[in-house]
Amino acid sequence: MAQPLVKKDDDQDDEVEYSPFYGIEKGVVLQEARVFNDPQLDPRRCSQVITKLLYLLNQGDTFTQREATEVFFAVTKLFQSRDIGLRRMVYLIIKELSPSSDEVIIVTSSLMKDMNSKTDMYRANAIRVLCRITDGTLLTQIERYLKQAIVDKNPVVASAALISGIHLLQTNPEIVKRWSNEVQEAVQSRAALVQFHALALLHQIRQNDRLAVSKLVTSLTRGTVRSPLAQCLLIRYTSQVIRESVGNTQPGERPFFDYLESCLRHKAEMVILEAARAITELNGVTNRELTPAITVLQLFLSSSKPVLRFAAVRTLNKVAMTHPLAVTNCNIDMESLISDQNRSIATLAITTLLKTGNESSVDRLMKQITNFMSDIADEFKIVVVEAIRSLCLKFPLKYRSLMNFLSNILREEGGFEYKKAIVDSIVILIQDIPEAKESGLLHLCEFIEDCEFTYLSTQILHFLGIEGPKTSDPSKYIRYIYNRVHLENATVRASAVTTLAKFGAMVESLKPRIFVLLRRCLFDNDDEVRDRATLYLKTLGANDTAAVTDAKEFLFGSLDVPLTNLEASLKNYEPSDEPFDITSVPREVKSQPLAEKRAPGRTPASLAAPATTTSTIDTYERLLSSIPEFSNFGKLFKSSAPVELTEAETEYAVNVVKHIFDGHIVFQYNCTNTIPEQLLENVTVVVDTSDAEEFSEIASKPLQSLPYDSPGQTFVVFEKTGGPTVGKFSNILKFTVKEVDPSTGQAEDDGVDDEYQLEDLEVVAADYMQKVGVSNFRNAWESMGPDCERVDEYGLGPRESLAEAVAAVIDLLGMQPCEGTEVVPSNSRSHSCLLSGVFIGGMKVLVRLSFGIDGQKDVAMKLAVRSEDASISDAVHEIVASG
Amino acid sequence: MELCPYVKNILLLDSEGKRVAVKYFSDDWPTNSAKEAFEKSVFTKTQKTNARTEAEIGLFENHVVVYKFVQDLQFFVSGGENENELILAQVLQGFFDAVGLLLRGHVDKKEALENLDLILMCIDEIVDGGIILETDANVIAGKVATNSMDSGAPLSEQTISQALATAREHLTRSLLK
Repeated sequence: MAQPLVKKDDDQDDEVEYSPFYGIEKGVVLQEARVFNDPQLDPRRCSQVITKLLYLLNQGDTFTQREATEVFFAVTKLFQSRDIGLRRMVYLIIKELSPSSDEVIIVTSSLMKDMNSKTDMYRANAIRVLCRITDGTLLTQIERYLKQAIVDKNPVVASAALISGIHLLQTNPEIVKRWSNEVQEAVQSRAALVQFHALALLHQIRQNDRLAVSKLVTSLTRGTVRSPLAQCLLIRYTSQVIRESVGNTQPGERPFFDYLESCLRHKAEMVILEAARAITELNGVTNRELTPAITVLQLFLSSSKPVLRFAAVRTLNKVAMTHPLAVTNCNIDMESLISDQNRSIATLAITTLLKTGNESSVDRLMKQITNFMSDIADEFKIVVVEAIRSLCLKFPLKYRSLMNFLSNILREEGGFEYKKAIVDSIVILIQDIPEAKESGLLHLCEFIEDCEFTYLSTQILHFLGIEGPKTSDPSKYIRYIYNRVHLENATVRASAVTTLAKFGAMVESLKPRIFVLLRRCLFDNDDEVRDRATLYLKTLGANDTAAVTDAKEFLFGSLDVPLTNLEASLKNYEPSDEPFDITSVPREVKSQPLAEKRAPGRTPASLAAPATTTSTIDTYERLLSSIPEFSNFGKLFKSSAPVELTEAETEYAVNVVKHIFDGHIVFQYNCTNTIPEQLLENVTVVVDTSDAEEFSEIASKPLQSLPYDSPGQTFVVFEKTGGPTVGKFSNILKFTVKEVDPSTGQAEDDGVDDEYQLEDLEVVAADYMQKVGVSNFRNAWESMGPDCERVDEYGLGPRESLAEAVAAVIDLLGMQPCEGTEVVPSNSRSHSCLLSGVFIGGMKVLVRLSFGIDGQKDVAMKLAVRSEDASISDAVHEIVASG
Repeated sequence: MELCPYVKNILLLDSEGKRVAVKYFSDDWPTNSAKEAFEKSVFTKTQKTNARTEAEIGLFENHVVVYKFVQDLQFFVSGGENENELILAQVLQGFFDAVGLLLRGHVDKKEALENLDLILMCIDEIVDGGIILETDANVIAGKVATNSMDSGAPLSEQTISQALATAREHLTRSLLK
């Protein structure tokens, strides 16, 4: 290819290797494209120019609309040439230019001529190009040719037509559906890929007709599908049919399972893999069904091909999440994969082993991983750290070796995300395993001695301030904290000062020494550090108890105004003699979107890591405490998940969150107005309590205005008798509706009162139970003692399965399943389940459930409850008895 | 559509991660910069691996990517997170071998750029709109090569069919080794 004339700017390296496209420029190439218009075409030169155009597009260059049109028109001239190579390039560039519909007409006749040509290559390509650029109107004209092409004896032509059919089905389904007979004939083709394409199209034509798909699968699984790709497709369709037929069949005799199993003996590896994966993903797959699939995957593990090993270990990794025992047979092969060259495979192997490992193998495994960690990338390390964290929560007794591992890797090199994952893991372990607290805190202290990340340092200092004073010997942390004041940047120093103050506030014996340290901080060269030290010296140094309580509240309490509002107010504050008044910050949260979605201003200090639940509670708590009427209800006990009170897609979407307090209950109705032409004002919910006599409404807080698509909340408050009071509430949404002019967005002055029926809401006993896990159920159970134990037996009647019965009871009680006992192995006849929770009033409750199922699917249950108070144990029984 | 094996892109990069020829089929990467970012991330994450004897594999940004290197060229094929890895590997193998045949065994960047038309046609013959069209290297190369054979290009010193025969022989020899 000729060297282009124009050289590009000199930012290219001089010693750049030879490239036929060196220094190529769009403008020049577009000029060159004029050769397309020559009366005497030079096919070779034209091909070169098209290649250059394609090269430009490929490198990410774009043509303007005008340029594209010009090139397109010039290219159409090239249909005159009879050169096959050039024609091939013409097809390519037309597809790349994707001409607009009025331009397409110009090439239509040329392409249709090619479609009827004697050269198969022309026909196949012309079909693909035409179908790519055409629209529906043209399609009816060429439909006849396409139908013929589908059953053409040349497989290339048939495949081209079938693939085009698959693409066209998205835009013109009614036309493609008429080709059913031809497609069906093509499924029987002897050419492997034609069979594959035909099957794909046939299934898509019928995909909305379950019966037809089922028939298709039935007939084909008996027949002879030759192509491996078609076989893979058929496996996917089969598992879809199996999924959809759930419930219609007896357990034990799953339809088509024999077919899937026979595919495990197919000669093509891709079919074997597809079948094995399909089996492992079956709903409620049994161990007997899994075994053959696991066996072939195990063979793949020792393959010489990385792709096969990867596919196998990835599948087994997924199986290990639900059926860890089934995978243990592969552990030896899996361990040898830890040293695999491909680090993705090694990481998957490690995490699989961590999932399947039992308590006794943990130590050995950790030794192997330690060697492995040094030579993988951070992203893989994070995966391993997360796997270790869940392993530690599973085997709390092994915390020592796992914590050691975490602290070792914390000392090694690593990026921020990786270090953060480790720190988060240690924090979670400290929170969940009390025994691990002291050693974990010390590891964190050592880490901040040499930590390059300010964010992590401040997080750890904050966490130390909360947890440190509660340990047996708080003084040993002081050294680590005070070192920060000497050695770090201002942000960390300020944070260390606060942590010191927290120790001073909580541990009386340390106070004098802390004061000495804080006084030294008064000479810091940073304003913030000095200010904090002065403030804490003053507040903690006060003599009367009230001031000290204030100081504690200031140090440990959370900010009671929304952070965003505070930020806005501070920005508006102009420096003057008048000090900034925090009470002037509005507490009303402005049209706050459904609270759980965008938690407003979560303080960076919330290191409480499994944060999803805590942070929603925090958010709710902050939201409720911002409303003065609710401030004297005490501490929020529990907030339920939102319950939808409207169908999806209605005019007004309303859901409700139940906030439980000791003597009160607050319904928070989250309302969304989905009509752009309306503005709702004075929105309230009128609640009828005739089915909930023990509740009495004491207040309601209307929503002033609810504009389109900007959610808002209205509240209704009830007083209730203590204990788990239940009842049913019917709700009506009342509001004043005003028309909004969509063009201006202005609402009219006059509104009409209207109301909207919402669905009923129930308060059930489970609302009074907090899901709180315990790390070691047996210990907790033993230490609770049998004094307040209540045991009884219940018949649950016929149930679909044991798993369903267990899930129903857990749901009814609203408690936290412990130690993974909520998972019922399929086909088991009995099961025990351990639950823990905190009942309203702060009473810890532990529950042991034993289930049994008989041949008639009748489920019997033994319920043993232990708690700190016999009446609570009785209450739990009452929940079950009445549920 | 969602059940059919789907190829999201085919990439041919050089040893510095620059494009030789790429083709995207899915709209996961709407802009050119998104595409370049993906290429860069895949390129950097695969540099330490040895994908010269056997195709290698990885999971990058929720895409399964299979790849194979030769000389200063790097071949990549990507699919969805749950795609059958072996199907993608077969597409890669078809692409890799077909390019080998078309470039008569001299597979390097210079040769690839000089025959970019063949490479682009080759990709076009392997996947159409994400759906696998053909994976047999001989068939693919045959389809691309027949086109030029009849053109009677005066400057080619040997006909493509001859070249193809040599290349095929070359390939069989290397496979038998």
